Amino acid sequence: MNDAGATVTGTRIAPQTAIRDYKLEVRDLAVSYAGKAALEGVDFGVKANEIFGIIGPANAGKTSFLKALNRMDMFDSSMRVDGQVFFNGRDIHQLRNVYALRRRIGVVFPLPVGLPLTVYDNVAFAPRLAGVKDKAELDVIVERCLQRAALWEEVKDRLDSLGSLLSGGQQQRLTIARALSQDPELLMLDEFSIAVDPVTTMRIEEVLKELRQEITIILVTNLVQQARRLADRTAFFLDGSCVEVAETEALFTGEVADQRTRAYVEGRFG
Amino acid sequence: MFEATDLNLQNRRAEKLVQAVFLLMTVLLILPVAVILGTLIYKGGSIISIDFLFTDPTDGMTAGGIFPALFGTVWLVAVALIVSVPLGVAAAIYLSEYAPDNWFTRIINLCIINLAGVPSIVHALFGVGAFVLFFGFGTSILAASLTLAIMTLPVVIVASRESLQAVPMAFREACWNMGATRWQTIRRVVLPNSVSGILTGVILEVSRTTGETAPIMFTGAAFFLPFLPQGVFDQTMALSLHLFVISTQVPGVPEELPYGVALVLIAMVLLMNSLSIAFRVYLRGKKKW
Repeated sequence: MNDAGATVTGTRIAPQTAIRDYKLEVRDLAVSYAGKAALEGVDFGVKANEIFGIIGPANAGKTSFLKALNRMDMFDSSMRVDGQVFFNGRDIHQLRNVYALRRRIGVVFPLPVGLPLTVYDNVAFAPRLAGVKDKAELDVIVERCLQRAALWEEVKDRLDSLGSLLSGGQQQRLTIARALSQDPELLMLDEFSIAVDPVTTMRIEEVLKELRQEITIILVTNLVQQARRLADRTAFFLDGSCVEVAETEALFTGEVADQRTRAYVEGRFG
Repeated sequence: MFEATDLNLQNRRAEKLVQAVFLLMTVLLILPVAVILGTLIYKGGSIISIDFLFTDPTDGMTAGGIFPALFGTVWLVAVALIVSVPLGVAAAIYLSEYAPDNWFTRIINLCIINLAGVPSIVHALFGVGAFVLFFGFGTSILAASLTLAIMTLPVVIVASRESLQAVPMAFREACWNMGATRWQTIRRVVLPNSVSGILTGVILEVSRTTGETAPIMFTGAAFFLPFLPQGVFDQTMALSLHLFVISTQVPGVPEELPYGVALVLIAMVLLMNSLSIAFRVYLRGKKKW
């Protein structure tokens, strides 16, 4: 089901180097919480500048997958990650500086999280962490990111108001602006449209299409049609495993390897 | 269709009775407070004046003011705070933000709960052993304040930990995902949003410390001193002990004097508590999420 043939043996002797055209490559990834498996045996690669969709019902392990990529196991003592993840060809479990890894990966959560700071400080947070102090430079970053997240026009006159008190849809775009302010190479969105109205969803989707020129995007969504609209390739997760990965259109035209995928895509369960 | 059945009537009677009983209990609770305050004001109010607060006791403490005791209490509370707040807040930050859920953390939590349950006289004896004798501070403000600090530490830790934990987890995760360390997250997002709760806890601690007698009795508070303390290694008078002394140890004290001292003591505590309540009300008005 994937082309990293070396892992077929299923042993840990898999080669230590990543396949070069992949921005991100995952080998035999498993995530568990307090000994309870949430995700097992995930093997695939995400190419640079593609939108990679992940679909699947609740409890399929989608969010655990994203958390593993960002090394969130460091903050959760019950979370355990096995297997290998290569980002830009480097094994993220061997990295000394995981903070630098996280700065290259932007994350957007299902529920918008406006930090209890001003709109400006929300977007300037990551650049400041990265050491940017110059006000003029921060101004430019803040404006650019808010523009790209299609929020600038609505908040440009109240950058001093609290980001956590914006409306849900605005907060979600603020979250995206904040993720972009990290200047990420990879943007991971986890069911971003759950708390957002359809109009805002469409606007964000437009933004994502534009971003594809510059960065790689992993789009976790429970809206099958959203994956179809945006994703180049899509993975189907079910009950803690990755059922299959295919060109998105193939999933919808019935060229699937697994009948469960077809059933899910056609809305017969999940 | 809507006529009351016997069962309905019975329920209604029970409801009224229960409500009345609960109201009675509540009133009974308020009663002692009202009586205490009323008695103090009635019997001791006449003695309160600026002079009373700011002059020394005279005639073997049977007349004059209470300034050295008032001054000493402020000293004791201030030094206790300087010790217990940084320690307590640091421990709370560790427990809330860093501690993994393992046996070690559970033991620490157990210790904190137990520390809160230790009687104040036991703290006093511990203070004598540890600070007065072992560390050689002698009976001094330092020894007394350290004893008070240890005694109030659990309050500071619990209040601080709770207000840290009131900051939603999602904020922390958002920061971590941007590559912030735990400390950067705490400093920029968690602490600024819990400092108000921590402060409320601190004020409550102050009001408790003000009235404590046993822990300072053997460690630093004096029966009577003809001079004010010059530093933390001096002994001092304190309001709470002064009240105990003039109520039980000194013959010929006019009746209104102990009532007046008690009134000042309780006024200090109530002032602190009102401050903390006002603060909380103010903060409730400017919620950030």
